[in-house]
Amino acid sequence: MTGSTTALPAMRKPSGTWWKRNQRRLAPYLFLAPGVFMFALYVIWPIFDSIRLSFFDWDGLGQKTWIGLDNYYELGDDENFYTSLKNNVIWLVLYMLAVPIGLFIAIFLNQTVTGIRVYKSLFFFPFVISQVVVGLIFSWFYAPNFGLLYKLIEWMTGTGIAFLAEPDYVTYALVAAGLWPQIAYCMILYLTGLNNVSPDQIEAARLDGAKGWKMLWHVILPQLRPATFIAVVVTVIGALRSFDIVSIMTDGGPFGSSRVLSFYMYEQALSEYGYRMGYGASIAVVLFLIMMVFISGFIWKMVRDERGV
Amino acid sequence: MAYFLKPALLGAAAAALLTTSAMSQQRVLKYNADYDPLPLKGMEELIADFEKANPDIDVQLTNFDHEGYKTAIRNFLSADAPDLANWYAGNRMAPFVNAGQFMDVSDVWEANGLKDALASSLGGMTMDGKQWGIPYTYYQWGIYYNKDVYKSVGISEPKNWDEFVANCEKISAAGIDCVTTGTKALWPGAGIFDYMNLRTNGYEFHMDLANGKIDWTDDRVKATFANWARIVPYITKNHAALDWQDAAALLVQGKAANYVMGNFAVGVFKEGGMTDDNLGFLQFPEITAGVPRAEEAPTDTIHIPAGAKNVEDAKKFLAYVASPEAQSKFNATIGQLPTNKNSTVGDDPFIKAGFETVSTAYGLAQFFDRDAPAEMAKVGMEGFQQFMVQPEKLDSILKRLEQARKRIYK
Repeated sequence: MTGSTTALPAMRKPSGTWWKRNQRRLAPYLFLAPGVFMFALYVIWPIFDSIRLSFFDWDGLGQKTWIGLDNYYELGDDENFYTSLKNNVIWLVLYMLAVPIGLFIAIFLNQTVTGIRVYKSLFFFPFVISQVVVGLIFSWFYAPNFGLLYKLIEWMTGTGIAFLAEPDYVTYALVAAGLWPQIAYCMILYLTGLNNVSPDQIEAARLDGAKGWKMLWHVILPQLRPATFIAVVVTVIGALRSFDIVSIMTDGGPFGSSRVLSFYMYEQALSEYGYRMGYGASIAVVLFLIMMVFISGFIWKMVRDERGV
Repeated sequence: MAYFLKPALLGAAAAALLTTSAMSQQRVLKYNADYDPLPLKGMEELIADFEKANPDIDVQLTNFDHEGYKTAIRNFLSADAPDLANWYAGNRMAPFVNAGQFMDVSDVWEANGLKDALASSLGGMTMDGKQWGIPYTYYQWGIYYNKDVYKSVGISEPKNWDEFVANCEKISAAGIDCVTTGTKALWPGAGIFDYMNLRTNGYEFHMDLANGKIDWTDDRVKATFANWARIVPYITKNHAALDWQDAAALLVQGKAANYVMGNFAVGVFKEGGMTDDNLGFLQFPEITAGVPRAEEAPTDTIHIPAGAKNVEDAKKFLAYVASPEAQSKFNATIGQLPTNKNSTVGDDPFIKAGFETVSTAYGLAQFFDRDAPAEMAKVGMEGFQQFMVQPEKLDSILKRLEQARKRIYK
């Protein structure tokens, strides 16, 4: 026992001292290594591989053929691509409604009434259930001939509107379905934020005569800034990833008018009529670039905030 | 992947052989399939018969979920090929044939006289002059109609397109949809297009169009759409948001009169309460006089993957499945049509009508999404759906299809 403990340092003496000397400098990298390795393998490498794939024509089975920028030239001419892009913008803009609506529901629910926890969890419920279920519920809601909304409109105006069959309305109908769980998500973020609003400041503001909108705008909202930031981030990302709802409710239809980029990418690369891996990859690259605009913005803000502190 | 798997599998197979060698020297025949419950029952019966006749062969059927299979086959054909695999006829098998993943089985056709017995499917199974699989079942398409509606409106079965359109005017005046469909999944619309084009321009033209040899902006294609436009106002509104089963419900409820559909819909109509007394079947009426009557008959097939290990027994199995006895038995179980013309069919009026319709047809189309390459099928079916919603946009739709054609068939 003692023999071995004395023998080890003797054997490792040269490297041991180097190790000792550099231990502090190396430790962070060693701790980072597993994470960096995983991140590189599952995030960085696929990104570059997708970019590379977007220069090929490949059906997933046969030979890959290098076609340079042809996929991108084709995207430039592709009506469906522009439809998807336009729908992504609609999603992005209207999805942001989730933030203010979530805030107001949170403020509304931030009171002490008997059973408030039950109400809170009921409001939060749509976020808990799967997007697929949300999509299914809403497609029944919109369904021609038996849907609740369809029947309601029919009762009021005489003719029902099947929103999912109308190329001009369908994206708005989908965003409405997507907003339902997203509002709940923003609400919960604000509810936790409201817990941390300092009562002293509210008290002080009240003494100074602030109330109503002024109180909200000048006293409450500034304190909710971290919650707002997170709510905006998750909503932007949620809008750009809106795939499940499109896939469940319309499958991109009618005739492709409700596609978004992520769904179009899936359709081209992996669906039954697709298997154009290269073309799908080029759509993915465009989507990635759009996301990068937002992601870099968020990262820039976070870095700036950390420096500021 | 395959390289690492093989030794393990061989080991397992060897172990299996060792353990069973005491009983008999059984050879394993691995079969990957995508059967729904009823066809699965039918195939299990066939396999049991086959194993009884060939006690030295052990057929191991792996059944996949129908939709999941379409993705799975792309993986297992190259990674771990079975000895037999289900797929579809027509252009749908082209990617696998071109990638060299299906085996040429022309010798099975020659040796068993199948070119005569399965003549109706020969075209759909042939590429580059060779046969690449065996058809085991198909079903007819046509117009299913509600006899009660016909009676209440006071019309009879139409003989040609003019009569059909005239009927539609009367049905529509009674507040009923003349033609119903549910195009949420796109393909039901392609059934209408196929018949419009087959009846307007004929079988050869239709196949040339599906194979990219004809411009979509051709006047003859426009003629097809002009004929179609005559019934567009009488098609169920909101069909783009309906599944095909939803539209079937409209026919059952008497809110719609006609439905261009495949025979598999009969089960849904009957579940909804229709009987042989009030559900009728019509061959799609003639449009251009003198065009020989071609029909839609999507064919399901069995193939031998190029990586199969037990090719000899696989070919034996294919020959067995193609035989009139096996086809009669299997299709009686699942309620579809046998592809072997020497088979017998049961008493079901729709099966009888279908067998009559299909076996006397001038040519058989496989359905647009199997005759045309997958990409073209997708673009085309979206165009058909849009045409039924916005018929005024026909020119821009055809222009888009033509652009797609130029790109896809290089």
